[in-house]
Amino acid sequence: MTDVQLVELTVNSERHELAIPPRRTLADVLRHDLGLTGTHVGCEHGICGACTVLVDGRPARACLLFAAQVENAEIRTVESLAGPDGELSDLQRCFGEHHGLQCGFCTPGFLMLAEGFLAEEPGATREEIREVVASNLCRCTGYQTVVDAVDDCASRRRASLQAALDTAGSTR
Amino acid sequence: MREPGFRTDGTWVGADVPRREDPRLLAGRGRFVDDITLPRMLHAAFVRSTEAHALLTSVDLSEVRGVPGVVAAFDAAGLGLADITALLDRPAEEFTPTSMPVLARDKVRYVGEPVAVVLATDPYAAEDGVEAAVVDYEPLDPVVTETAALAAAGAPVHDEAPGNVLVDVSLFATEGIDAVFDAAHTVVSVEARTGRQNALPLETRGVVADWDDRDEQLLVRTCTQVPHQVRTVLARCAGLDEKQVRVTVPDMGGGFGQKCVVGREEIAAAAAARRLRRPVKWIEDRREALTASFLAREQHYTARAAFDADGAILALEADVVCDMGAYSCYPFTAGIEPLMASAEMPGVYRVPAYRVRGRAVTTNKAPTAPYRGVSRPQYVMVMERLMERAARSLGLDALDVRRRNLITEFPYRGINNITYDPGSYLESLDLCERVLRDEGWHRHTEPGRVVGIGYSCFSERTGYGSGAFAQRKMQVVPGFDLSQITMDLDGTVSVTTGTLSHGQSHETTFAQIVADRLGVPYDKVKIVQGDTDRITYGWGSFASRSVTIGGSAASAAAVKLGDQLRALAAHLAGVDVDTCELDGRGGVRAADRTLPFTELAEVAYLRSHLLPKDVGPGLTATASFDVGGDGTFSNATHGCVVALDPGTGGVEILRYVCVEDCGVAIHPRVVEGQARGGIAQGIAGALFEEVLYDEAGQPLAPSFMEYKVPTAAEIPDVRIEHLETPCAFTANGAKGAGEGGTIGAPAAVLNAVNDALRGTGVELDSTPIPRHAIFAALAPHEEAS
Repeated sequence: MTDVQLVELTVNSERHELAIPPRRTLADVLRHDLGLTGTHVGCEHGICGACTVLVDGRPARACLLFAAQVENAEIRTVESLAGPDGELSDLQRCFGEHHGLQCGFCTPGFLMLAEGFLAEEPGATREEIREVVASNLCRCTGYQTVVDAVDDCASRRRASLQAALDTAGSTR
Repeated sequence: MREPGFRTDGTWVGADVPRREDPRLLAGRGRFVDDITLPRMLHAAFVRSTEAHALLTSVDLSEVRGVPGVVAAFDAAGLGLADITALLDRPAEEFTPTSMPVLARDKVRYVGEPVAVVLATDPYAAEDGVEAAVVDYEPLDPVVTETAALAAAGAPVHDEAPGNVLVDVSLFATEGIDAVFDAAHTVVSVEARTGRQNALPLETRGVVADWDDRDEQLLVRTCTQVPHQVRTVLARCAGLDEKQVRVTVPDMGGGFGQKCVVGREEIAAAAAARRLRRPVKWIEDRREALTASFLAREQHYTARAAFDADGAILALEADVVCDMGAYSCYPFTAGIEPLMASAEMPGVYRVPAYRVRGRAVTTNKAPTAPYRGVSRPQYVMVMERLMERAARSLGLDALDVRRRNLITEFPYRGINNITYDPGSYLESLDLCERVLRDEGWHRHTEPGRVVGIGYSCFSERTGYGSGAFAQRKMQVVPGFDLSQITMDLDGTVSVTTGTLSHGQSHETTFAQIVADRLGVPYDKVKIVQGDTDRITYGWGSFASRSVTIGGSAASAAAVKLGDQLRALAAHLAGVDVDTCELDGRGGVRAADRTLPFTELAEVAYLRSHLLPKDVGPGLTATASFDVGGDGTFSNATHGCVVALDPGTGGVEILRYVCVEDCGVAIHPRVVEGQARGGIAQGIAGALFEEVLYDEAGQPLAPSFMEYKVPTAAEIPDVRIEHLETPCAFTANGAKGAGEGGTIGAPAAVLNAVNDALRGTGVELDSTPIPRHAIFAALAPHEEAS
């Protein structure tokens, strides 16, 4: 049997101690050791992006990482997006409203991709969003509604930020 | 968007209500098959053939059993399962029966064919075990192409079929057709090939099976489009009663046809679970999915059509050869592609004379299954090329030639003995052209690139009833669907369907249908699907049948339950039942009072002494539906604008317009999603995807590095316009919407590329359209300018 290694992981702000073989991928650890099955595995060679999670805020393919590699990182999975009461985030709601998902298998990957991207590029144009959406594969939607969802979420976030700024300005 | 509750305006059908599936899928709380983990579960991995065609001289698993973590390993003799056999009721000269062993026995017929199954305590160990297997082969010459198959020079793929032909039908042969061709003003011909493709659900195939001693049952959770067919095949292969097998389907990450046939691995894994009395999970990896699952679409057409001087088609003749790979799939057989093409090729056009030969050849490549559209993307492409070629030859406008030939009077009885129900063939073409003209695309130019516009007109037979499949002479005849509806004590409703959503939103659309029929809130209707113990029998989801047939059955069951509620209300109110009607708000109006469903349900369950003497307790009804006649036809016209890059031969799609008519759209946004997703898959086949093999039969595209699935960078936004010709044969006026996008796209893209190449003298008729051919066609052109 392969050797086992002690690994400490921080996932969705929770600390986990695991005894796992060094060859175990982050995707398998998330799904099968921690029971966070929202992260999906579609190809195991880094192309489809269904397993996209955030590693220190940046989108990464969980199938291409060994869990042991990311001990000191903050990992975020799709399970972190909804509020503690289960209320969906603005990004998740936008996917629903735009019919940006059908079978839903690729969706967690697109959500985490968009979550990471919009945090870094809140002012992204629709074309820039399309380019980032092209990182992952979807076989159901034809992508248009995924782009629509992310674009709409970005616009709404900008609008609400602007509204907050305006309010702050007017109360000063 | 309308909020759940009682309907206050209009109906649930036709409204873009929030999808019932979304909250769990968006939160990462769906339950796909690989999300299921059971105590003491073993993981299966398959030893697969490395040879395309060989006698299996020995399978040595002794080293495998010594690998740490490996618990067991079985070859064909070890599992001892009966073969999977799919049959057509056709004479020997038309159909050669073959069967597919669950694990290869004596012989392997494609690279990737399962030879043995290894069971281990974790999937990594199972793969280690696979590597320790020693398999000896005595290689035979591989039959890799359809040409080699028909030449039948070496060892045949199946001894039963020495000529490598599994299906060979000659149909219709209108009397005097040769004279029509001889006398015609113009005869045009097309020779076309379409590449082998993978339907490619993003979730690969998989299964979790375990034997339950309490239920005396093998519980098989598998991602299939056809759970009852898996039950039947598993029971037969393993020698179990059907009642000893329960197949349930968790959330599914797409299927597109690849999962509407019974897979060998799901049978092997389930049999191993029963043997070992431990849960077994098998999850296909992407390499297996790309090389050893079920493929589709590799066809070769030799077609010609006769026209008069005005562009009216006089006769059509086609020879269609479909490369079905190594095995006939269950339940459809290797006839699925050639029979579809042969039966339906005339499509939307008034073809007065028709002759076709359709053949399925067997080769040493992974077997095939129906894939979204089944042959229709191919024959539509060939028909549309014939129309374009005739127009060029006659000096006519290609759209006018189509208009001249489109069926406009309904019902129309075709030369192929099929009656087409009303559609909007001409109207959809007119609208599609008008949209592209109004948007300015007919005048559009691109600096440094060559622009072309292409169209495709087609219809899509959906909702095949048992009559239509019987006409194909399938021995197993899909067709009907059953629904059972139950109202609980609190007035909420659950309804079963034998169809099975794997992305198509049935939890939403079926609830809309039932909510309207009964007058209950949309969010109080629960859909039960994918469970052979809870659903009497069903045919699953394929061929755009779900809403057409399953939706009609659910509708009929709801109407029956409504009648029960009315009868009960009439009894309690002491009035005639004919004066009672559903009030659309969860109650029955009986004379001057309204009895809420909750009050009626309370009587049915808790106060049954109040029931009429001849009425039993409970509120439940069952209904079935089978489309009468020849099914129903959705239709569409696609229009597409491309720009070709002379420097690379690359194709960019600048604009895509789809005018579709699927009858009544239960949920328009879901219909649009089906169209857009289908178009993306059609574009994939037209420009990008192909499963290639080398001359030894080794697959050349085992990963996403080689098999190029288009992304958001390649797939354009699609403008969709709806026309609505309600269907008279279905309960809800719907005609089905699952496949159309995929059917129309290859023809539209190919025609647009050819329009752009106009003036080069080059015409391309095959897909995927080779970039080098475009480059070569444009290169001299470029130099001249």
